[in-house]
Amino acid sequence: MSAAETESGRRLRLPFSPWHLVLVPLTFVLVAPLLWMLLTSLQTTAEANRFPPVLIPHHWRFANYVDAWHTAPFGTFFLNSALVTLVVVISNLVVCSLAGYAFARVRFLGRKALFLTLMATLMVPFQVTMIPVFLIVKWFGDNVSPFLGINHLGALMLPNLATAFGIFFLRQFFQTVPVELEDAARVDGTSRIGVLFKIVLPLSMPAMSTLAALTILTSWNDFLWPLIVITSQDQMTVPLGLSYFQGAHSTNWPLLMAGNVMSLLPMLVVFVVAQRYFVQSVAGTGLKG
Amino acid sequence: MAEVEYVGVSRRFGADVVALKGLDLAVADGEFLILVGPSGCGKSTALRLLAGLDKPTSGEIKIAGRPVTRLGPGERDIAMVFQNYALYPHMSVYQNLAYGLRQRRTPRAEIDRRVRETAVLLDIDRLLDRKPGQLSGGQRQRVAMGRALVRRPQAFLLDEPLSNLDAKLRTQVRGDLKRLHRELPVTSIYVTHDQVEAMTLGDRICVMSNGEVQQIGTTDDIYNRPANTFVAGFMGSPPMNLLPAVVHEGIVRVAGVEVARVSSPDRPVILGVRPEDLLIGSPGADSTVPARVDVCEPLGSHVLVHALVDAAPEQGSSGGDPTSVIVHAPPGTFFDAGARVGLTFSPAKSHLFDAETGAADLTPERIGLS
Repeated sequence: MSAAETESGRRLRLPFSPWHLVLVPLTFVLVAPLLWMLLTSLQTTAEANRFPPVLIPHHWRFANYVDAWHTAPFGTFFLNSALVTLVVVISNLVVCSLAGYAFARVRFLGRKALFLTLMATLMVPFQVTMIPVFLIVKWFGDNVSPFLGINHLGALMLPNLATAFGIFFLRQFFQTVPVELEDAARVDGTSRIGVLFKIVLPLSMPAMSTLAALTILTSWNDFLWPLIVITSQDQMTVPLGLSYFQGAHSTNWPLLMAGNVMSLLPMLVVFVVAQRYFVQSVAGTGLKG
Repeated sequence: MAEVEYVGVSRRFGADVVALKGLDLAVADGEFLILVGPSGCGKSTALRLLAGLDKPTSGEIKIAGRPVTRLGPGERDIAMVFQNYALYPHMSVYQNLAYGLRQRRTPRAEIDRRVRETAVLLDIDRLLDRKPGQLSGGQRQRVAMGRALVRRPQAFLLDEPLSNLDAKLRTQVRGDLKRLHRELPVTSIYVTHDQVEAMTLGDRICVMSNGEVQQIGTTDDIYNRPANTFVAGFMGSPPMNLLPAVVHEGIVRVAGVEVARVSSPDRPVILGVRPEDLLIGSPGADSTVPARVDVCEPLGSHVLVHALVDAAPEQGSSGGDPTSVIVHAPPGTFFDAGARVGLTFSPAKSHLFDAETGAADLTPERIGLS
């Protein structure tokens, strides 16, 4: 005891980092809405509408999930969301990596000006561009293919096939890949594009998976744009479909929350899978060390 | 294997920076040529131009008589070892070695045979399954060499391949490299700023400065017959001592003391003498240049004595600052700081350089230094 006392007498030592005193309450703030959503999804409508709110349901009503699934064509919503997200993610990875590599390594006339223009578009809010984008998508639907037009899934994909953020993000990462690796590959007989696919991209897995995860999240959760361009039920995505439970006069909270939980599950899976890549980076290990 | 030729190759960066000024250089088939010089002298630029990683502003580069200036790096059939090795971190040692062959669509069995052969030659055959991150510096260096060797290219380009190794390993690998080149005499161009590497490794040395070749020759040429004060002051460890001197009526004087006789017009000159060609003794004797000892550096096998030679009164033009001189003295030599000593020059082993241009147009053979 005396030894412990003298040690703690010199300096108070907590068994955990002092940061946890801040982080643990913060975690509660972040987790509380999720928890409430989960609990509400298991309550009866009467319980959910009571004030003060009931936290722990008296009967755990798992049937809410079945009801929610049957009330609206959730299968279609999920399929639509998955299709849009898949196309958008693949296209983003391909197009943004090509463009990002060009901005990072290829010297061409107007590279700086073009990149600055691209960056400037990041500062324009979506609310400013949504009407022009709507008109463009409408034009594509009328003149190119109805699939790309208003009230079709193509309208959800087309404006998001590549993003300025994705290009910027990958460019920044590609610039950290040692240029000697690319030189070595070129001396070894690899073409410029081969260098990107065989050397740079395998070393950029952390950045690529981060971009993929972020794109999946934004694409899956997107609400405003689908709300503008999609009106028929068979083309709706999950966030739009959830508005089914939100009537003009009343909201079926337990079903809405059950739908929310279902729509959230794929995102949780994505996050858990991608988390591993967020932290690991091997790009520098082939050099001297 | 092939000869490599630079014909009037220049490289400018922007309007002001000239990295390489009209390089003319021919490397014979199987020769080991060293490009040596201080940082920014253009040696790495010359190598990158040959590799095709950079394009010359003007001039032509030929490999085996074939102009390659417009070819990409992959089409030139050369291999390069990079300073930081540039091993592909996501591939195993085996894949690193095989990569270049795979890019050239070599049959799988042939790739396997050559990779294993090269791995045995470099003693990395037990590391084939490892990733570069699991290798030591010396092992990485050998894998980098292997990646170049396995290709059997027309020419090897080596960009300071030993600079990331510790001193002991560097000495060992230097020997390995020399042995390797004896066994596989591929045309090699080796860039370094380390003059010990330059002098020990190369068949010929090309000393560069400010984007220009200062001298090309064997170690013996460069060491014993430097073409100008830059080469004299750069090569050798410690480098040649360069002292302001004057020629007056055929007599060369340093600090007012006659050190040699030449048949040369009267003019200010620079006298160059290697540290080992100087004798240090007590002051006052005839034809010894008076100096003051600055520091003594005992190195076991010998002692390096740093001394200061005061400018002669009549050499007001040279500024009057004392010139630092290094003398290679026998072991056990010791002087207190500030001690007065006399330096004896050996006329036959002294070099005269033009004071203005720095060129050694007054070599002993031609002028008759005695």
